[in-house]
Amino acid sequence: MKLHNTERNYSEKLKDIETLARGLPAVSIMEICGTHTMAIGRSGLRRVLPDNIRLISGPGCPVCVTHDREIDNYLELAKDKRVIIATFGDLLRVPGSKGTLNAARSQGAGVVVVYSTLEALRLASNNPDHEVVFLGVGFETTAPTAALSIIQAKSQGLGNYSVYSMHKLVPPALEALLCDGSVKLDGFICPGHVSTIIGTSPYTFVAEQYKKPCVITGFEIHDILDGLYLLLLQMRQNKAKIDIQYIRGVKPDGNPIARKTMDTVFRTGDVLWRGFGVIPNSGLHIREEYRDYDASVKFGLAMDHHYINEKEAICSCGDILKGLKTPNECDLFKGLCTPLNPFGPCMVSTEGACAAYYRYEA
Amino acid sequence: MDTITLAHGSGGRLSRELIEEIIYPIFNNNNGHELYDSALLPLKKGTIAMTTDSFVISPIFFPGGNIGKLAACGTINDLAAAGAIPKYMSVGLIIEEGFLIKDLQEILISLYETAVEADVYVVTGDTKIVERGSADRIYINTSGIGIVPEGASVSPKNINVDDLVIVNGTIGDHGMAILSCREGLSFGVNLKSDCTPLNGLVKELLDVGGISCMRDPTRGGLASILLELAHQSGTKMEICEKAIPLHPSVRAGCDMLGLDPLYLANEGKLAIIANPSKEEEIMRVLQSHPLGKNAQVIGRVASRDLKGTVLLETDLGVKRPLMLLEGEELPRIC
Ligand code: SF4
Repeated sequence: MKLHNTERNYSEKLKDIETLARGLPAVSIMEICGTHTMAIGRSGLRRVLPDNIRLISGPGCPVCVTHDREIDNYLELAKDKRVIIATFGDLLRVPGSKGTLNAARSQGAGVVVVYSTLEALRLASNNPDHEVVFLGVGFETTAPTAALSIIQAKSQGLGNYSVYSMHKLVPPALEALLCDGSVKLDGFICPGHVSTIIGTSPYTFVAEQYKKPCVITGFEIHDILDGLYLLLLQMRQNKAKIDIQYIRGVKPDGNPIARKTMDTVFRTGDVLWRGFGVIPNSGLHIREEYRDYDASVKFGLAMDHHYINEKEAICSCGDILKGLKTPNECDLFKGLCTPLNPFGPCMVSTEGACAAYYRYEA
Repeated sequence: MDTITLAHGSGGRLSRELIEEIIYPIFNNNNGHELYDSALLPLKKGTIAMTTDSFVISPIFFPGGNIGKLAACGTINDLAAAGAIPKYMSVGLIIEEGFLIKDLQEILISLYETAVEADVYVVTGDTKIVERGSADRIYINTSGIGIVPEGASVSPKNINVDDLVIVNGTIGDHGMAILSCREGLSFGVNLKSDCTPLNGLVKELLDVGGISCMRDPTRGGLASILLELAHQSGTKMEICEKAIPLHPSVRAGCDMLGLDPLYLANEGKLAIIANPSKEEEIMRVLQSHPLGKNAQVIGRVASRDLKGTVLLETDLGVKRPLMLLEGEELPRIC
């Protein structure tokens, strides 16, 4: 089978998947990344897969795994008249324990939506009387650009720019899921863009230690079908290795320059994930050498690892992120929790599993 | 005088100079109408169509146009899509103190040129200057009046089962062009807003006949307009993802930002609901017109359905209902 060949049409690809699935026991495959969740929802793939193949959404939406404590911290920061918050659009509607950035903005807080860290830097140089704080949310894909902005701010002598790093790493979350073992997972569709940076080696433990096959997959539906094919093929052959479907975007060793930028500015550390609690070495903290650009140091934003998240008790985000529940199994889904009036972040982000279900699958 | 000052809005000499030296010389196609506060418009037979819209877009200059062109197109296209021949337009300006007069001139010239292209007269207007910080540079309101010829009717009431759903070209170009001017984002060099007056094309279509209804899908995109039409006509429409024309840069940008092109704004597009017996002629008119060369039949009206639903058949052959947008579309992080 030729991969990512758009001449092979979808129904032929689906037939190949059916053929491979026949004879397999019921398997659960996790798509770790929210972008995959959206693409799957949008195409309706779940509805045409063989009955024994189940796709489960995982913890790969950066907004969804951002902890309430972090959200409350930057909401507090937004109250400071000297501060302009520069943020990607997703975070505007995410509810903390009291309010959202959107609400803060309407009450006069300085909140500006940016589309790149470049824009945030420009904002800082245009507003010398203000402190511009970039909200660094995301995984290995976005962390390098945040790191680069810090390096640039330092070289330009921009003293009024800092980053609140809430960045997280994907492989430690997988490890936490596999260790936990409460959900049965037989294989993983891993995000192509993360591996564009980190390559394949950070996933090796999944195959070697836990004997689960992984396929690093692109985001078009052709990619996802091909990724599933490769995954089922491994299962049929009783193999567990890291395949790359997304060959046009991923080299086995990733992007060493981006990784170096990331390593220059960040060190790994334990951080709180929504739904998971503390995952060791899964977060990116700004190194001592760049502490002047670390908003958590500059503004004393504390993180308390014993923080109790009251909302988590009511909303099922944790179970959704771990793949223990599907969104429609949450009592609040479509009732108290809708995209316009989200209770949990999984309903806010365009990457969130609940938002994807609401829009495409419910 | 390079910038707008508050004194330009005082009603005194500077106000007069702004209007007489900067604004009037641009709008000189007023067909013998003096630019008074009220325009007197002779009426012909037919029905009058009237519309109004305000434009607060940022950035005010974008690939393929600016807020002035947009303000003209918005009103002209609203009238045209209602089956009216656009005739007259008013222009209301709210300008922030400090705005550059050369930018104002550029914006008004493209507004004027668009009106001329569409054979529309700017007959009245208003200018207000507000303090720095009270507005984001410039806001424009345009109202338009058009005449619906006797016997012509395009309305959701006319939509019938089996009617075709047609678009005149690639969708989402305007929304993505606006996004692509953000720093750090670019989706290929040749993506421009589709911002253009559609009344010429509409007239040719109406001459062919068989058009049940039309709408220009602006904010909210194609999905929102089809849902509205389905709702108003009490029908179920089925559209096919594969058939919807998309510019490669829009596709790439949507993939990158996690946006759905069906919800991106357009400024030079029409959703046309038409009788299938006229398919060939309508497609011929569309495809031989510069604004319709990428036209496609994207679906059909499948049945009566009081709820008003639109089903999208995805590339995998799954039919799923389209939803109204809840809140704004927010680009995602990674
Ligand atoms: S539906 Fe809302 S409350 Fe329930 S898990 Fe999803 S985001 Fe949380």
